[in-house]
Amino acid sequence: MKFKSQKVAYYFFALSMLLFSLQIVYGFIMAFAHMGFDGLHEWIPFNAATATHKNLLVVWILSGFMGAGYFIIPDESDTELWSVPLALLQFYSFAIVGVIAVVGFHVGWFEGRKFLEIPRPLDYLVALNVILFLVILLMTMFKGKKRTTTAWVLTSGLVFAALLYLPGMIWFDNHTVDSFFRWWVVHLWVEGVWELIMGGILAYLLIKLTGVDREVIEKWLYVIVGLTFLSGILGTGHHYYFIGVPKYWLIVGGIFSSLEPLAFLGMTLFAIQMYRKGNKKHPNKLAIYWTLSTAVVSFLGAGLLGLAHTLPGVNLYTHGTLVTAMHGHLAFWGAYASLVLAIISYSMPLMTGRKIFDNTIGHMAFWFANIGMIGMTMAFAAAGVAQVYMERIMGLEFMKAQLEIEPHFFVLIIAATVFSIGVTLFIINFLKFGSPVDEAIGQGEEFSALQTS
Amino acid sequence: MLSKKQAKMFFLGGTAVFFLIFIGMTVDTLVNGVPKYTHASQIDDQVRLGRHLWDSNNCMGCHTIMGEGAYYAPELTKVYERRGPEYIKTTFNFPGGWRPNGRNMVEYNFTEQEKEALVAFLKWVGESDLNGFPPKPSVQLDK
Repeated sequence: MKFKSQKVAYYFFALSMLLFSLQIVYGFIMAFAHMGFDGLHEWIPFNAATATHKNLLVVWILSGFMGAGYFIIPDESDTELWSVPLALLQFYSFAIVGVIAVVGFHVGWFEGRKFLEIPRPLDYLVALNVILFLVILLMTMFKGKKRTTTAWVLTSGLVFAALLYLPGMIWFDNHTVDSFFRWWVVHLWVEGVWELIMGGILAYLLIKLTGVDREVIEKWLYVIVGLTFLSGILGTGHHYYFIGVPKYWLIVGGIFSSLEPLAFLGMTLFAIQMYRKGNKKHPNKLAIYWTLSTAVVSFLGAGLLGLAHTLPGVNLYTHGTLVTAMHGHLAFWGAYASLVLAIISYSMPLMTGRKIFDNTIGHMAFWFANIGMIGMTMAFAAAGVAQVYMERIMGLEFMKAQLEIEPHFFVLIIAATVFSIGVTLFIINFLKFGSPVDEAIGQGEEFSALQTS
Repeated sequence: MLSKKQAKMFFLGGTAVFFLIFIGMTVDTLVNGVPKYTHASQIDDQVRLGRHLWDSNNCMGCHTIMGEGAYYAPELTKVYERRGPEYIKTTFNFPGGWRPNGRNMVEYNFTEQEKEALVAFLKWVGESDLNGFPPKPSVQLDK
């Protein structure tokens, strides 16, 4: 760690870990409810559980991005963070808003718009909070000695993510228009500007871990984020097929969303190629594992499984079924969850001075979590495909089809248990690092010597 | 070989072009498409109230509508046509929560006007032109 103020990242990472574990608990509640075991219904009805599960995901990933921002930007700009007290204020207010939102869901305080369930008054607080975060990052960059492409891509991703939150805050009378702009937030986040953030963090990790020349990595970073927007902006159309808008969205959405895997394929080839070109001497093997896995699994989950049901002729049947859950789980896991775990694995040894680089628990965490998530994806796929055939093709009633696919939820719970063991081991490793210490400042710089190719 | 500057131009140029096309299509959709496809003139106070109740009770947290939402409870786009208004109204305040096949709905406490509003909203959704969604099954095992 180069600068004392980078330690702020630790708070965000710790919050991420806490919320991630809670998210998994709610996942189990929902999986059991799908099997008919809904003993908690009176206190946590399904609609509260799903809102909590989805929003905890968004908040813990955002918290991970914020931590990544606070760790990476000082390093890339070669200066201390602009204001540590304000960063801490931003952290605590972020955590408090998150807690209010989650508690609110349990007493029926929500807005009922998928992924944007938090009520309007809290939206304003989120917006204020994110503005504070961005001001701190931008001020740090402007007072810094260096302004790197990696830092710019990461920061512009965060700025645009904040701007795109706004269309989701406008009230529209027409449900279709509301849905239209809800996707401006959700789609243009995860298949747009979040990929800028992903590209930025991935580029930073690859520069640090492989020792490949920055200019080469940053050039390909531009190509990848270029591909992202080339396909992703008009690819928004795949959410517009069946919500009450003109038919040209079927053609435009079909073509451009079919191109979306290219950006993720680019990300995969980019990471693997840089790793192969690199000197493979960096001791932090766990960070390398997570960095490569986020690049590969994002292509499988977001790219391939997205492509599997993105064509209008297929989507007509799979839209609104568990097929979407199949894609959603592996996509978020590969692209964003694994990415946050990668930056945590990279930065924790530098912040705490403890060299947990290559231990058994860490490797077990990696394999259990990934294998578990792939098992979950397969369970969702089996359930989803069976649901499509029974309900959409054979005309079985919704609930009759659901009773037939209950066994797949049993498989889901088994796989989710394997996944949870992996995540628990990751968190155990996280706790073993302890808190960041000032003695760690300047440590880890010996690895910089390894970074010239 | 591609230089870093060319790569940057590809990113900025491509993004700008496709964003402008997207904005153009958005304007056309909102001005010419949505009013026709969704019969926007039929959105009255009842439909509005229904929509508000739909959102504020997070119905999408269990059901899907226009295929969007959660996958715990039935798709409701065509529920008005499938079940009719009386059946729909029965489910809301059902003592102990509506529980047709083992899945439990929340027990609500809606007034008659609120129930009517939700029915009006679901009727409006069902009448929108959704490009063929939900698809008609090739076989009708349940009819």
